[in-house]
Amino acid sequence: MAELPTVIKVSEGAPFMSPAVDVGRVMRRVIYALLPGLLAYLWFYGWGPLINLVYVITSALLFEALMLVIRQRPLWPFLSDGSAVLTACLLALSLPPLAPWWLAVLGSFIAIVFAKQLYGGLGYNPFNPAMAAYAVLLISFPLEMSQWPLPMELQNQILSLVDSFRYTLNGQLPTDLSFDAISSATLLDKLRTDTGLGQSVSDVRNAPVFGLIAGKGTEWVSLGYLLGGLALLWLRIISWHIPVSMLVALAAMAGMGFLIDPQQHADPLLQLFGGASILGAFFIATDPVTAATTAHGKLIYGAGIGILVYAIRTWGAYPDGVAFAVLLMGMTVPLLDQYMVPRVFGARRKDWRE
Amino acid sequence: MRRLWNFPGGIRLPGFKQLSNSEAIRNLPVPERVYLPLRQHIGAEAKPVVAVGERVKKGQLLAEATSFVSAPVHASISGMVIDIGEHTMPHPSGITEDCIVIESDGEDHWYSALAPLADIDNATPAQLRDAIREAGIVGLGGAVFPSAAKLKPPRSIETLIINGVECEPYITCDDLLMRSSAEVVLRGCLLLQRILNAGQCILAVEDNKPEAMKKLRFALDIMINADEPGVKAIELVGIPTVFPAGGEKQLIKVLTGQEVPSGGLPYELGVVCLNVGTTAAVHDAILLGRPLVSRIVTVTGSGIKSPGNYRVPLGTPIHVLLDAAGGAEGEAELIMGGPMMGQRLTTSQAMVVKGTNCILVNKPELQTMQMPCIRCGRCANACPMKLLPQQLYWHARGKTFDKLKRYQLDSCIECGCCNLVCPSHIPLVSYFRYAKTEIADQTFKHKRSEESRLRSEIRQERLERIKREAEERKARRKAARSKPKVKKTAHPAEEDASQTQEVSNG
Repeated sequence: MAELPTVIKVSEGAPFMSPAVDVGRVMRRVIYALLPGLLAYLWFYGWGPLINLVYVITSALLFEALMLVIRQRPLWPFLSDGSAVLTACLLALSLPPLAPWWLAVLGSFIAIVFAKQLYGGLGYNPFNPAMAAYAVLLISFPLEMSQWPLPMELQNQILSLVDSFRYTLNGQLPTDLSFDAISSATLLDKLRTDTGLGQSVSDVRNAPVFGLIAGKGTEWVSLGYLLGGLALLWLRIISWHIPVSMLVALAAMAGMGFLIDPQQHADPLLQLFGGASILGAFFIATDPVTAATTAHGKLIYGAGIGILVYAIRTWGAYPDGVAFAVLLMGMTVPLLDQYMVPRVFGARRKDWRE
Repeated sequence: MRRLWNFPGGIRLPGFKQLSNSEAIRNLPVPERVYLPLRQHIGAEAKPVVAVGERVKKGQLLAEATSFVSAPVHASISGMVIDIGEHTMPHPSGITEDCIVIESDGEDHWYSALAPLADIDNATPAQLRDAIREAGIVGLGGAVFPSAAKLKPPRSIETLIINGVECEPYITCDDLLMRSSAEVVLRGCLLLQRILNAGQCILAVEDNKPEAMKKLRFALDIMINADEPGVKAIELVGIPTVFPAGGEKQLIKVLTGQEVPSGGLPYELGVVCLNVGTTAAVHDAILLGRPLVSRIVTVTGSGIKSPGNYRVPLGTPIHVLLDAAGGAEGEAELIMGGPMMGQRLTTSQAMVVKGTNCILVNKPELQTMQMPCIRCGRCANACPMKLLPQQLYWHARGKTFDKLKRYQLDSCIECGCCNLVCPSHIPLVSYFRYAKTEIADQTFKHKRSEESRLRSEIRQERLERIKREAEERKARRKAARSKPKVKKTAHPAEEDASQTQEVSNG
């Protein structure tokens, strides 16, 4: 039998039916599922997230194309597979709205060039590109990465599209406005600093950034992501294992802390709907390329992320920890894939580990 | 109502059954020539018992079985044997094998010596089994394992499963058989049940064949009302339409909840599974005395003008069958079997054999580009054997065969589910088939080198033992010589001679 070429070839033997799905379709569906969350984001935070998306997607496609040319890979199949756009979307939605343009472009450079293409492109990256870029930016530019605007209902003056664009380009606000007036610490940030200063969680709950169950505005964004995530589950684009195990582990950790000392530890609902928990659970941790692949592996992977998110938020140096948790658990994936193997049909249990 | 289980994985497929199941089975006119391969089954090739130039009648023995796992071949038309030699087989490689070629005399007469089994009511299971063996019956679902061998399991059987599932898209030959000959199938079940002495017989049909089920139910009710012996043990069971529910292991799981052990066979669970077509052939062999000389073949696909089912004499060239179905139109590819597990044929010169359940002529699939694996795991979710196709793919590509063994590639049934659901369009099954061949090849080579190593080790050991013994003798003799200090007698030359002799004796 002739040796099968390894990179690009067409089907030789059975099955002779048309496949129902392709990579592009899977990626596009995930992108569409981000829409409810994105709309809520725009509703509460103005034009910032949209401007992020424009910067990151445009530059990501350019970097992807550039790297494909350098690596002598076909352009169209890989540009149209949607993976670069999805990575860009996840990164753009993780950045603070109104982040400077160069931060967005640099992030997309790190994600596409370093985290993805230098490892061999689609399917070969060991770490989630969006989260790798986010982590590098957070460590390198802590100031820019922590300037979050207030939800619009707490702002006196709302930035227009043009003003928002101008601000991201040159940092200039309309003359009568200072950034301090429209920005604030995020809820998780406030929770961390305030409880660190000896204040109780109930003080945080009385702060203006607190909404119904979590951050004002962000709680609705999280609900939007939840809606999209459930749609992905419904369409079987993702399996339940990772989101459920991650959120259950996070809620369980938060619940334990809350039971021990409700004045120092936020309740599970705040942990679930504050920060990037929902986005992470349904859209980031479920990235197939970097997640564990077997059912048992996924449960451990998800639960590990949930526990780490809680640990970083509670005892770490950063208000949120989804990116770090995803990257850390990503390191365990080869091991999980190796050992969390299901029992083959007809095999006795003892057969499968030697 | 029987409790049903689910098998892991599997996929729902469009059936395309209505293309070919709307009309009754048509008889193919007797072809001018038939090419009957000596091997249309798993096992040893049959041995010809006729010579070129001999006149034969339909049903006459042409070649006899040569071992327990083998099957005889019978003339499928009457006429003259004009050749015994190599012809193209229905196989993707276009390989040639020995065939007996008969030219038709246009009369299509049955061989006069054929007769039903005498005194059927008192026939022993062994006699019934012999009749099946002599009729050349093999598994007609496509696996072509000699049925008589399957009917002699090394342990007692509780459950006989008759497989009328037909889960592959497009194929409707079993459906049409059950619709047109429900009673024949049921009587075949009774015979098989007698042979195996099985307590229950389950006839399983996928629930996308309500018409077949209705006919079977009707025929069974008549037989029950007539109070025929044994008929109450037959149970008709409709099972959900999920591919590959008709796979032997999957069907056993669905009906009994049990898993056939890896590397094992169904009889280990007290189960034997046969196809409905085989069952009907058993009926014909025992009750009508007719050996297996024809079968029902579905001719279908988007490239066929008038798709349908035909009763085809074995050995009929496929192009004759295609012509009867209105001919293939436009650019099309020829597939033997279903679209999931069939084989692409390169020529329609090849013939219909015992295992040919379907000839599928479809417009070629659009060739899609293979993308890198994105590790989405859809393949693993679809795998009915709970394998990890994605890991298998990596290791097949990397040729790390020990890993393939660990991930139990040998359990792969090549159903094609993983391949079809892969969003990256990776031809996983092609990789697995390739790796299996490589492993088999390697194992064979390894076994051979192991054998020769063992042989050389034994030889080495023998030579050393002989040398050692000779030296010991020499030492003893020397000691014996030096002790009493008698005068020297033996010549050194003599000693040498005795040594050489020892070696040659060894």
